Amino acid sequence: MSSPAAQAHTDLAHAEAHGQAVHRDYAGAKIGMWLFLFTEILLFGGLFILYSAYRAKYPHEFHEASNELNFVIGVINTVVLLTSSLSMALSISAVQKGNRRLSMIFLAATVVLGGVFLVNKYFEWMVKIHHGLYPNGPELLKRKPGEILFFGLYFTMTGLHGLHVIAGMIVLSILLVLLAKGRIGQDDYIKLENGGLYWHLVDVIWIFLLPLFYLAA
Amino acid sequence: MTQLTLAEEHGHIVPYSTFITVWVILLALTMILTYVAKTFHEALSVWAMLTITPLKAGLVFYYFMHLKFEGPLLKAMVFVALSTLVVFIGMLFFDTSFQ
Repeated sequence: MSSPAAQAHTDLAHAEAHGQAVHRDYAGAKIGMWLFLFTEILLFGGLFILYSAYRAKYPHEFHEASNELNFVIGVINTVVLLTSSLSMALSISAVQKGNRRLSMIFLAATVVLGGVFLVNKYFEWMVKIHHGLYPNGPELLKRKPGEILFFGLYFTMTGLHGLHVIAGMIVLSILLVLLAKGRIGQDDYIKLENGGLYWHLVDVIWIFLLPLFYLAA
Repeated sequence: MTQLTLAEEHGHIVPYSTFITVWVILLALTMILTYVAKTFHEALSVWAMLTITPLKAGLVFYYFMHLKFEGPLLKAMVFVALSTLVVFIGMLFFDTSFQ
């Protein structure tokens, strides 16, 4: 372990080399990111509570409506997101080992897998929309109240999750540029770690969405 | 004096093999969950969902999100946040069960 004095010396040397003041707070940056993730957990948590309340009220309608979702697409998208989480984690390990090029390859793979997830989601949504099954859609309005609620929650929760996937892809793309420019490296990778935390949380939320919507039948 | 890298100072580098093992377990759990949900009686599949899904999320938190290697402060913060959510979900079921 290096002493705080040795760390200060290292920081100072780095700052002098770049002609700038350096202040890094690794633990603070990480705790800050986790605090943000808590707000995300409680945001989706609220929606999970809403889902649970309506499912308790309309168990049969939720059961029937869930049957209409294609669970194969749900499972494929789960595999895609789990794999993207793996490549994200590998990207961080690679940069820690000083292999920036490999880290960039893993990070790029993560962004591409996020894109694959969204393309699957697009086709899945379009099939439902073509059948008139969308909020306030003609076919949906003929259904029982419980089924209308199920599809309302389905579009709201998977839609909000999809927005998070898009946000994650934007953040990871920016990190990819920073990696390419050498502004993220073996001695400063907290941004990549925090971006990774966000991406993994998006994965965790999907882990819960799969059984709630696709396997509830 | 040898200079330590950031990774050496703040926790250690997780080997690639650990992440790949966790990923294989996550895929296997997904397949088991899907198989049980689509094959067996509803009661069993609900139990499978209630156990396997948090287990999967726990693996992502613990390994992919590096929680295993964090200090007690961060672990306690995550525990408090998740416990709060679980308490609220518990209160909801307590309410709906007696309506």
